[in-house]
Amino acid sequence: MKKINTDVSSKHNSVSFPEPNPKWGREEETEVFAQKTKLFRQGKLSEDEFRRFRLQHGAYGSRLQMNYSMVRIKVPSGEITPTQIEKIASLSEAFSIGSAHVSTRQNIQLHWVQLEDVSEVMRGLVEVGLTTREACGNTVRNVMCSHFAGVCPDEEFDATPYAKAIARFFIRNPICQNLPRKFKVNFACCVKHGLVRIADIGLIPVIKAGVRGFKIYLGGGLGAASFIGHLLEDFTPQDKLLPTSMATIRLFDRHGNRENMARNRMRYLVHEIGWDKFQKMVLKERSIVEMTTAISTAKLFDVKIEEGTRELPKTVHTTTKLPMLHKQVTLDSSAYERWLHTNAVPQKQEGYFTVFITLGAGDITANQLRVLARTIRDFSVECTARNTPLQNFAIRYIHIDDLPDFYNRLASIGLANPGALTIASAVGCSGTTSCNLAITNSHRLAKEIQLKFLQLGLDTDDSLRDSTIKISGCPNSCGQHEIATIGFFGGASRIGTAMAPTYTMLFGGSAGEQGELGKAIMRIPAKRVIDTILTIIQLYKQERSSAETLNQWVDKIVRGDGRGSIKNIENMKARLIPVTQLRSVEEDPESYRDYGNDMKFSAKTARGECAA
Amino acid sequence: MKNIMMRTKNENISKAKKNESNGENSNNNNTDHHFQLPIICDVDSLRKLIRKKTVRVVDVRKAEDYQQEHVPTAVSLPFAQLLEKDMPVGVIDILQDLSIVDKMPVVVYDDTFGALAARVAWTFQYVGHTNTALLEMTFSHWKNQGLETEKKINTFPKSQHSLNVNHNIHADASYVENAKDHPNKILVDARERLNFLTEHIPGAKNIPYTMVGANGNILRNAEEVKRFIENRGISTDSEIITYCGSVGTLSGLAYYALKLAGVKNVKLYSKSFREWKSLGKPKEEFKDANYWDLSAE
Repeated sequence: MKKINTDVSSKHNSVSFPEPNPKWGREEETEVFAQKTKLFRQGKLSEDEFRRFRLQHGAYGSRLQMNYSMVRIKVPSGEITPTQIEKIASLSEAFSIGSAHVSTRQNIQLHWVQLEDVSEVMRGLVEVGLTTREACGNTVRNVMCSHFAGVCPDEEFDATPYAKAIARFFIRNPICQNLPRKFKVNFACCVKHGLVRIADIGLIPVIKAGVRGFKIYLGGGLGAASFIGHLLEDFTPQDKLLPTSMATIRLFDRHGNRENMARNRMRYLVHEIGWDKFQKMVLKERSIVEMTTAISTAKLFDVKIEEGTRELPKTVHTTTKLPMLHKQVTLDSSAYERWLHTNAVPQKQEGYFTVFITLGAGDITANQLRVLARTIRDFSVECTARNTPLQNFAIRYIHIDDLPDFYNRLASIGLANPGALTIASAVGCSGTTSCNLAITNSHRLAKEIQLKFLQLGLDTDDSLRDSTIKISGCPNSCGQHEIATIGFFGGASRIGTAMAPTYTMLFGGSAGEQGELGKAIMRIPAKRVIDTILTIIQLYKQERSSAETLNQWVDKIVRGDGRGSIKNIENMKARLIPVTQLRSVEEDPESYRDYGNDMKFSAKTARGECAA
Repeated sequence: MKNIMMRTKNENISKAKKNESNGENSNNNNTDHHFQLPIICDVDSLRKLIRKKTVRVVDVRKAEDYQQEHVPTAVSLPFAQLLEKDMPVGVIDILQDLSIVDKMPVVVYDDTFGALAARVAWTFQYVGHTNTALLEMTFSHWKNQGLETEKKINTFPKSQHSLNVNHNIHADASYVENAKDHPNKILVDARERLNFLTEHIPGAKNIPYTMVGANGNILRNAEEVKRFIENRGISTDSEIITYCGSVGTLSGLAYYALKLAGVKNVKLYSKSFREWKSLGKPKEEFKDANYWDLSAE
């Protein structure tokens, strides 16, 4: 009865479906987890010991309720098969809350899983080749790869197999079992897409004189204090990829701060040592690694076996695009045209498109996951999906002729909303819905923004299209607010006589190789955030020079180069202050509450678990 | 999943034996020719019984769904009708109207993942009709498998059925309230996780009904359910009282899952949390997180 990889209804049944690599998950680890949980419950394992173990296996304690966990499923390079998606659907129904959540680091998270059921979730994941191993804790976290890798018109080669090979090499690797802190690796496809400047190791694939290699950035990362990564050298040939990664991790392991948990990410080490010195240390360490690495060890890094086996359409650099992609759509356009305009991107393979599935802050129900899985089987030539840091799914290799049917199938279950690639789809971390560290309900706020902006049709406005909104529920940046055009992180402020949930607003962040961190502008009460953004858009429309996008306009304000009446951040603040003012708590109690709460606001947090 | 699908007849027979030994209230008339059903009746067994005309199949879907089509020989007992007469004497009336005699094999099915069927089956067992089983799948699944259906409205002459209430499988509010002083009496809330987090009877453990079924079967195999409860540190020797939101349907399904896993002493608090709240009894609430906002509905 097990119906895996034999779906005869598929349009592409001539090609076999990719088998999930069984090596990611291990059955015996689920047994061990079940046993350790029992020992912990019987008091035979200390809380600290168990916490470390639990995090190393991808179960993060839930907000102020340690009997429950958020189970973080690693999706190396974001590549996920329909069978895996279906399994996640069943597991979410049985053991979680009937929905799954796409994170900003290409993980898929199941929330509010009872601690005693975590091993059951893991057991199910192993069946489909997935794992939660080292998804949390002080180790190499999920290795990310641009969701456009392999289809991006601007990339030099597909970095996906390299990302998977790196992930494979470091998972369960002894050196990664007790790093000073978590360690993040991000692969890009080109200079534009990807998050290379905000990772511990960020890599852009480049070809030099016919040799594949990477531009490697080290020491970036977002958090309470964020840093942009530094370029190690002009070109790192692919045969130095593993030694460079090993050298960096070895240095971090040896010199990283194990005392001060607030400052032990590698970016602090780089900052303290100074880039010039750290750079020399990496290059030196790399030569030691190259000299001493056993051949048997080096063989564990195998890019070849990570390469897909499916035969995919040939790359033809082409300019053929759907007419709709150039045409301005409006609120009066058909739902299909609007969706196509805001959710589909042409690939470098002629006639094929990558289509994004609009989700609310990454949430998707079990039933939607099942329909999505079937749709991927029936329409995507590569028959997999990529989950993206925009908290959604990218379905690639959809043929131009199939787009209407593809749309209809998704629309049948509410997965064909427009706006995935526009300002309307705000990113929001899980916030107070499940996280111990959160101060505000950033998750709900992101959904409220999306709802409002889609109602207003802001997704149809191309001048807003390349702008982003990203929200974190605390300063710790899981919502990646520092790389948003307009970013927010949650806090609590005394306003008059009462406490209110507030957000610090940042301007002008961006991703990609030229990525910059946003600048903090001002604090805004949670219930005024939407009005504030709408006011900014209004001001932009009044002030912009002709072809300027919101994104470009905001950058100019941050630099102090504004042309109209708003020249700099100070001018902007002055214009926004009226929007952000609250009446007294007696007159307007609602504005002092957070989204999703009918009670008085109080900032409750508990110990974060990232740094356990 | 494989295990469920490959559940063999042997396993069902052994379950049948287990069930027999659990039938605390059965009459002593063991020479009876009636086949003793296990907790779950598989498709092959049911079809055999239907062919031999030695089973009463009870369809608890809405009357109009029954009129459209149903499992061959099935009689109709819309769930709402059971709730209207949900007292022992009323239920005996129903059994008699459906021409069910003492010890006759009765197999119940629904199209609500087994929850309504479970509540009906439990009610029959409560008034003394021990030989009641749940069909392993829902009607939709039966149909999707291409199994035979019919449109014929089946009626049978009214029968006589004795009343023999099995108090051991039922709990009321005061019983539940007193249970908290007994460490070996465990309260299980069968509602979904978010409902449970919002509020529940103090001390209850959560086994959402969504945990007990899988892949078209209304219940997983016994080993899996057993592992789930063992993971929770619950011994099969404990007494377990199940409840849910309103009338004991979700918890009815949990009741049978626990029986299947080998828990001998299971009780259903049939009036469940709705009654508990209306009586103003204490609740445990968890308000420190906005978990409802994770829902993608």
